[in-house]
This record gives sequence, C-alpha cells and structure tokens, in this order.
Amino acid sequence: MLRRLSLAAVLASVLSLAACGSSSSDTAASASGSGAAKSLTVFAAASLTETFTELGRQFESTHSGTKVTFNFGSSATLAQQITQGAPAGVFAAASPATMKTVTDAGLASAPTVFVKNTLQIAVPQDNPAKVESLKDLTDPKVKVALCAEQVPCGAAATKALDAAGLKVTPVTLEQDVKATLTKVRLGEVDAALVYRTDVIASGGKVKGIDFPEAEQAVNDYPIAVLTKAPAPDLAKQFVDLVLSQQGRDVLTKAGFQAP
Amino acid sequence: MTGPVRARGPRARTPWPLLVPALAGLAFLVLPLAGLLARAPWATLPERLAEPRVLEALRLSLVTATIATAVCLLLGVPLAWLLARTTLPGRRLLRALVTVPLVLPPVVGGVALLLVLGRRGLAGQWLYDAFGVSLPFTTTGVVVAEAFVAMPFLVIAVEGALRAADQRYEEAAATLGASRWTVFRRVTLPMVAPGVLAGAVLCWARALGEFGATITFAGNFPGRTQTMPLAVYLALETDPDAAIVLSLVLLAVSVIVLAGLRDRWVGAA
Amino acid sequence: MSMEAHLVVERPAFRLDVELRAAAGEVVALLGPNGAGKTTALRGLAGLTALSGGRVELDGAEVHHLPPERRRIGVVFQDYLLFPHLSALDNVAFGPRCQGLGKAAARRVAAELLDRVGLAGHADVRPGRLSGGQAQRVALARALAVRPRLLLLDEPLAALDAHTRLVIRAELRRHLADFDGATILVTHDALDAMVLAHRLVVIENGAVVQTGTPSEIARHPRTDYVARLVGLNLYRGEADGNHVVVGDVRFSSAERLTGPAFVAFPPSAVALYRTRPDGSPRNLWQAVIDGIERHGDNVRVHLHGPIPLLADVTPAAAADLDLTPGRQVWAAVKATETHAYPA
Repeated sequence: MLRRLSLAAVLASVLSLAACGSSSSDTAASASGSGAAKSLTVFAAASLTETFTELGRQFESTHSGTKVTFNFGSSATLAQQITQGAPAGVFAAASPATMKTVTDAGLASAPTVFVKNTLQIAVPQDNPAKVESLKDLTDPKVKVALCAEQVPCGAAATKALDAAGLKVTPVTLEQDVKATLTKVRLGEVDAALVYRTDVIASGGKVKGIDFPEAEQAVNDYPIAVLTKAPAPDLAKQFVDLVLSQQGRDVLTKAGFQAP
Repeated sequence: MTGPVRARGPRARTPWPLLVPALAGLAFLVLPLAGLLARAPWATLPERLAEPRVLEALRLSLVTATIATAVCLLLGVPLAWLLARTTLPGRRLLRALVTVPLVLPPVVGGVALLLVLGRRGLAGQWLYDAFGVSLPFTTTGVVVAEAFVAMPFLVIAVEGALRAADQRYEEAAATLGASRWTVFRRVTLPMVAPGVLAGAVLCWARALGEFGATITFAGNFPGRTQTMPLAVYLALETDPDAAIVLSLVLLAVSVIVLAGLRDRWVGAA
Repeated sequence: MSMEAHLVVERPAFRLDVELRAAAGEVVALLGPNGAGKTTALRGLAGLTALSGGRVELDGAEVHHLPPERRRIGVVFQDYLLFPHLSALDNVAFGPRCQGLGKAAARRVAAELLDRVGLAGHADVRPGRLSGGQAQRVALARALAVRPRLLLLDEPLAALDAHTRLVIRAELRRHLADFDGATILVTHDALDAMVLAHRLVVIENGAVVQTGTPSEIARHPRTDYVARLVGLNLYRGEADGNHVVVGDVRFSSAERLTGPAFVAFPPSAVALYRTRPDGSPRNLWQAVIDGIERHGDNVRVHLHGPIPLLADVTPAAAADLDLTPGRQVWAAVKATETHAYPA
C-alpha cells in the first residue's frame, strides 16, 4: 500500500516538473552566475566554443582562484536568456543584430567588435567540379549547399551572392553550418558557402577557397560587459584579454580575422 | 481496503492502480500539446496558415509520408512474413537488425543512408554512374529517409499479427488447392489486416514527423525536400511563433487523418 | 476412387505406423483414444504433416510427394476453420476459385452446394454468425466443392451439442452416401463411427489394433478400449472346448475353441445376488461392489473380485439388493449371452 502511494507521488511530481520545465534553463544559468566574487560567467556564440575555452584557461591561469564558466549556444537563444534575467558577466555574439536586442534592453552598452568571420567556398578535397570562384557556383551542373537563410551563415551567403549579382540555385538549405560541411565532406555536393573558421575546424577534410565578394558579407562579432554583471571587474578584464594581442592570436589561428 | 464496493458504472469498476497511472500517462502525453495551444499566436493564425510556404511543406509532408508508408507496406509485409513464418538461420539476429533504425539516432541514420545511397555511396555511386540517378536532395530521397526510419514500426506490428494468427486456416486453404501465394493473398493477409493497418498507421505517423534522417539525407529545399518538421525546425531559429503554428498544423492534420481512418475501420468491422 | 496408404510418422516418444485402405464410396472410421495418432494420420494423408516413411496412393497413383494443394483431398476440420473474413458462399467458392474457375462460375458451384446442405439462405452470412451445425454444413460443402478424390473428416460432430449432433449425423450419413470418393472419418465416438462408417479401423498408440465392420467390432472387441467403447465386458483367457478360463473364473460358452481366446458379454447379461443362487447357474463367482451409477434406465454396478466386472441391473433389483460399495455379492453371467472367440 505504502509503495503504491509513493509511486503515485513520484508520478505526480514528474508531471509537475514536466508542466514547468520551460524555466529550467534559467535556474541553471543563475546557479553558475551566483556565488563567490571569484567567478565569471560568459555567454558566447557556439562558433566561439574552441577559442573561448582556450582563452578561459589562459584567464584562469593569470587570475588564480577565478573560475570562468561558459554558456555556449545560438546567439539568439543566449540573447533571449540574458533579457530574461540570466546573471551573465560577458556576452559575445555572432552578429550585431543579436547584440542589439541586449543593448536595446539596456543590459549592455558600447559593444566592441572583436573579430570578423568571412565566408569561404568549401569544396571536397578533390574538388570534382573544379570550382574556383563564386561565379562557378551558378553552373547548374555544380551542386551547391547553402545554409538556410534563417541561420547566420545562410544570411551571410545570401548577402554575398546578392552583392556579386549572382543567382545560385542550391540543392539544399541546411539547418546549420556543420550539416552543410557534412554534405561537402561526403561529396554529396560540389561546393558550399561556409565560414572560414568552419573550414579550418574541419581539420583539412574540406578545402576552402577565398573569393573577393566575401568582403560584402563580413560577419562582425561584438562583445560587451553586461550592466548587471555580478563581478564587473572580472568581466572587464576578460573582455580586455579577448581584445588583446594574446586574444587575437588565439582567434586568428582559428580562422577569425581582425576587425 | 474495505469490503466489496458496489459498482456504479464502468469507472467504478476500473481498479485505481490502473486508473491513476493511466490518467497520469495521458496527462504526460497531452500536456505538451496544451502548451503549444496556449502559446499559439491565435490572432495572426489565419494569415500565417495561408502562406504558400506552409501549404507547400504540408503537401510535401503528406505526400512523402503516404508514399513512404506504401513503400514500407510493399517491402515490410513480406519481410515480416519471412521473420514470422520461415525458419531462416540467424532469424534472431535478423529480427534485431530490423529494429536498428529504431535505435539509431535519425541523423546518424541519414548519414548512413548517404554513405550507401549518396552520390559517392556504396550503391549510390553505381546508381549515379549507371543511370545518373542521385537520391540526396530529391523528393524521392525524402521518401527513402522516411521509409528507412518508419519501416521497423510496420514490420514489428505485422510480424506480431502473423505470429498471433492461427496457421491452421492457411492449412485449410492449402487443402482447398490454394498455392502458398494464394494462401498469403486471400487468407493470411485478410486475417492479419488489423495488424497491418495498425502498423501502417504507426509507420505513417513516424514518417510524417521524421526530421533527422530526412534533413541529413535529403537536405532542405522548399517545395522539394522541405517537409513540415524541417520547416518547423528552421522557423524556430528566427520565428518561434511560426514554428508553433506549423507544429499545430501538422498535429491537426495527423489527428484528423488518424481519427478519420479509425472511425472508418470501426464502422467497417 | 480408392485410397491406399501406409503412414509412418516418427516423433520423439511417439511413432505412428498404420496402413489404411478405403474403396470408392466406402466410409472408413479411424477410431481411437486421445493421443492415439488419429489426427496425425489424417494430416499425413492430407499432406499437412510430413511422413517419415510410407506412401499414399489415390487410384494407384502416388501422391505423398505432392504438397497439400495438389492432392485434391478435401478436409473437414474439427473446428471447421471457415475463413472468418469471407461469407459462407465465398468460403465454399474458395476451392473452385483455386482450381481456376472464374468468380461467377465458382459462386454458382458454391451456391449449388450450399443449397444441397440446406443453407441456400445463408450464403451471405459470415462464419462468425453461423451456428455450430450451420458451420459444420458449410465446412462440408467447402470440402466437397473441390470435387475431392478423398474426403477426410476430423471429429466432424465433436463440436456440436447433443441435439444438433443427432440431426447433423443423419445428414452427414446422407451426404457421405452421395459421395463417390473414399472417405476417412476420424472420431473417438463409437456411435458416430458405427452410424457413419462401413468399416472401422481402431488405432491405439500409433498402431492399428483392430479392423472390421461395425457389427464385427461391436460383437468381438479385441482391446479394453474397444470393449469399453462398445460397452462390453472383455477378458482374455485360455479356451479348452466349451470353456474359457480367465484367472479363477471358468466361463461356459456356446463356441468350441482351444488356445488363447477372448470372452465378451454385455453388462446386462450379468445377474447379481445377495446369497449364492439356487439351481447353480454356471459362470458364477463372488465379487465386491466398487461403486454404482445411473446408466440409461438401469443402474450400472462396478465390481471387483477375481476379475473386474460391469453389471447393469434394474433400479428395482438394485433396491432389493441394497447395493452399497464394499458389499459382497454373487455375480452370474448367462452363458447364452457370452461370446468366445480366438485371441
């Protein structure tokens, strides 16, 4: 009898959890942000995962006793979490537009563009379609993958193609840059437009080709200290590290370009 | 517990150790739907629904899921028969292999399909060289991905029905002069029809909601490979309200179709 | 059309080895207790169970290597196995369709057969809505519709209630009389066998123990099972002239025999007495009552003593004798109703 009752209780609690599950990410964020002053929480775009993790290690080694916690994710999601009260110290976004939603809410001011990312044409190692320029992508015999316009690499690709006055009919509009790269890597498409950093991160599995029109679709990455940062000094020091030569070295090695 | 309770109706006869978890289970399944309904942008709903993009994705979803179900029936029913009625060596392993698409994350399934049927895949290369056929990024590719993921549901349901069916009816048919094929067509199949229909429904529902394998294998292009789940996913990136609307459309259509079919069967039985 | 078969089916802990013959128009009943191998033999004939050895010939042509669908052997199964998704008419038309007849022609054949079994009005009914007797008739019509060379009936009346059984038994007898092929009928019911069959084949433990016409078998059972089936007391003993000695009991009989012999007599031939009767009838011994039960209009008494015995007495006699279990009585058997025959 007792056992049956406790089973029912467990079920009931599971249900109530399911009903209010949407708030769970907020609680997780606040848990990492609160606590000792020697702790810093950084919200950063997913494309910064490798570089910022490296910079976080460097920061911790020069600020002994400080713990840097990262929350990597889609810039739009991060911005939404910040405007809903997540107590983060630093926000590094993959686009000025997402940063703007945070500054518009009065939660950050004077963001600085710390790097930019440009597009490259990614082709399989053997480049079967002999792609050399953006114009080659307009050949109907060349199978092209682009990111969907809803995601940043897709928006950038559209901008670059518009600037060049070219019309490309892709075979697919992929949901993210990783999926786009997979198609190139497996040779299912002859070319794709992705970020230079993604080509480098693929570790040589695909070949990157620069093209002049990429200048028309540069993606700026702004960074800012948040006004409600629990430890504003630490947050400022981290931003300084990112903007320093030391920070730039780490970022350019990964394919980012100086602004 | 006290003495015998006088039953007042069907509910009074339902033992509470069944009723409580049953209602909890129902709530668990229905509450997320309620969440979608509560957050739906009702004011802008009509104009959003009228967007050609939405109708196009919906049409593509319904067409591909239906064709995928037909493909699953064509291949899956004989496969289920093989598993249920023959004594192939290694049948146990075979049955486990059939369920692989259930266990495999759909995205991995999509990659696996690319590795086999892609332009540079094991079989796909040959298809491409010999016939110039390339499945990825085509509507056919969507059907292939959906059928791959949904077929186990059909095979498992039909195999179960075949095992439960009384094989002596098949013997009776044989004594009446029916060949094995005739027995299958005129006796076995009609007798396991409810199981086949149940399997087909599961299969169709799974195909309709298919996302991972589809976007990986067939890519995403409006009007050609962008089904509703893909449209929902991309809408989530920029316009969560649109995603909710698309999800509701998908839900409503599938509920209408499934409820309609069920009424028809019950009426016919 | 005649049938000759030698059926051998070997299974772990069971072996069936029987020879069966049936002439054109003949009805042979395969009689035996549960587990004797009757149904296995039937399935072997139909091709539904593989033979370990032997052969099946129809009109001299071997068919045992053919699959069931090519043997043209009609089977009426014990629980009929009518296809639940087809109407009575389409069930009967199934066979003719498989034999290549068009839909309309097959239905004409089926309608005619349904009419013959008196179910013309039930053509459109699904099997689930037929009574047991109706289903049995449809099953028979379905089996006959393929114009079989051999008809097999597996316990055709077992699933019916007592009254329906009576009606269907009579009908079946008529239909079998009309059928020009051979018929094998499997049953464990002696009455069904006696009424329907021209010849009985009794099998026990996978082997034939006795064959003969119903009257031969009824009069001269050769195993306890058959004796019980036909309601006789049966003993095996040693004959010398007009006597057969069974243990301590010495039976007089009308027949003159020597050597091993059977003695059989009906329970009604036994008279029971409280005290040793005067006039000393022959075939007299002392026995103890084990139990009593009603049996038709009479009382059946189970006794033990030098030999086990069944006796039927009138209720009045039973009351006079004050029959209670454990009581000792004298049992006498009328010599005129005692049959002796070589074992």
